[in-house]
Amino acid sequence: MNQDIYVISEHLRDQVADISYVMLSAAHELAQITGGKVIAVLLGQNAKNLANDFAADEVLYAEHPSLAEFTSQAYQLVLEEVIKSSNPRAVLFGHTSIGTDVANCLSARLDLPLVSSVRKFTSDGKFVSQICGGKLMAEGNLPDPTVIITIVPGEYKVESGKASQPSHISSIGVPALENMQVVLKNYIEPETGDVDISKEPIIISIGRGIQNQDNIVLAEELAQALGGVVCASRPVVDQGWLPTSRLVGKSGKAVKPKIYLAIGISGAPEHVEAITGSDVIVAINTDPAAPIFNLAKYGTTADLFDLVPLLTEKVKQAKGS
Amino acid sequence: MKIVVPAKLIPDLVDELAIDATGTALDSTWLRLIINEFDDHAIEQAIILKERSGCQVTIVSPNVEGVDDMLFATAAKGADKLIKVNGNFEAGVNNHALARGLVPLIQELQPDLILTGVQAHNDMDGSLGALLAEYLHMPYVGYISSVSATSNQVTALKEYPGGLMAEIEIALPAVLGIQAAEQPPRYVAISKVRQMMKTVAIDEYEIPVFDIHGGATVSRMFQPESAEKATMFSGDIDETSNKLIDVFKEIGVL
Repeated sequence: MNQDIYVISEHLRDQVADISYVMLSAAHELAQITGGKVIAVLLGQNAKNLANDFAADEVLYAEHPSLAEFTSQAYQLVLEEVIKSSNPRAVLFGHTSIGTDVANCLSARLDLPLVSSVRKFTSDGKFVSQICGGKLMAEGNLPDPTVIITIVPGEYKVESGKASQPSHISSIGVPALENMQVVLKNYIEPETGDVDISKEPIIISIGRGIQNQDNIVLAEELAQALGGVVCASRPVVDQGWLPTSRLVGKSGKAVKPKIYLAIGISGAPEHVEAITGSDVIVAINTDPAAPIFNLAKYGTTADLFDLVPLLTEKVKQAKGS
Repeated sequence: MKIVVPAKLIPDLVDELAIDATGTALDSTWLRLIINEFDDHAIEQAIILKERSGCQVTIVSPNVEGVDDMLFATAAKGADKLIKVNGNFEAGVNNHALARGLVPLIQELQPDLILTGVQAHNDMDGSLGALLAEYLHMPYVGYISSVSATSNQVTALKEYPGGLMAEIEIALPAVLGIQAAEQPPRYVAISKVRQMMKTVAIDEYEIPVFDIHGGATVSRMFQPESAEKATMFSGDIDETSNKLIDVFKEIGVL
């Protein structure tokens, strides 16, 4: 085993995902403690230039037509060989739709320990995982020998994972990738709604706390009074109460409004990662321990069903005056 | 087609979570357990497939407090077979251990398709479905929000950021990690669940020893320290709403 930290970069349709840079930034912190190098791994087809701004000591590039787009099985086969032949101290994956499909399976296949949802590393090299919807953190020593880690955003900055000069990129071998059991057929484009929520300056967002579809009108009235739009966290969209085009979160859109008013939203990590670009977050949630209050600038534990109608009235009055 | 859905009960996040005396785990004394919402979606997706093409659906769940009620509720929704898994779950069973323990049972059940929640909020060593897939030598794809099946393959929609979906074909047998069913988990009346309690049997399966290697040991569990906690407005709602109006004005949206 060596002390290097490997980062499995993610990209989708010719775009490097931000989590790749977050992981590179995390890897530098960890490599300082282990004394190893930061090695970025990139899989793709005609994708070498995607690694040009990776802040890494070295980039390993695997090229193959079957790697042009992500599929879990092809990635697993390539990375299995990479990890087996290099035995690094840690291998970082994104805690994402791409990363977890590969990381979790490789832990079992290679019989290597796995720590998921790691948000940061402490100065003495311990992991800190974010669990229970962001309500708890769990800390511990990194297991031996090579540990597979999935990283959640929040602690490390995208900018510190970027470099102005390209690192040395070396090509690595690719095992046979024929007769695959997992095959990508095509992409289905996001549903385009009446508004692009990523560009809206005033967002009234509702979560599970809204309780049922009939109550959405409360948020709609406030949005109308303020001149904003209604968005939602995952549970509301999964219930079919609002269209996917209004989903804020990991599988939906990231937003950056002047004000994000979170109503009945607990602030699970999947939601929080998409609202950190907001200028001001205001949260209304009866649970004082809701993680949304760790992010919001202003908050109240008042009952939304009492507060929101009154707030709407007062906004109307203020606009009328 | 046979579908197996492994489903777990996990702490309800609506309740206050307390750390136990060791400082390394959740205090389970007053902990209320509810079905992992992603597993609930996996059950719904399995029932949808059953309604579409007559699959046999088996639900498998660790025997912890509330498991019988949860299993009977799935029977009321349309599950055909219920199995609770006995073992020492108090000792902190991780997903590696549970996946290893479930392998002989699932091999015996010979499913064509395994659907399970893509994750649970208390996962610390990856997700159950992916580990299970690997131990069973089956392909795995997670973050799935729609599944259609033929006799030897499924076509599933995998979610990516920004609302993008990928249509993926996966050869069977396979494991899918479900993010969301094609429709919200259905509601079942309590009376129907009670009826199941009288008419449906729950089979039992024993996992004598758990092998937890593959996970990490937690040395400290704590609530997140926030550098900038929100300024909280308390008092009556009139006062609170006035303060929020002031905030709106300050930000310039009013």
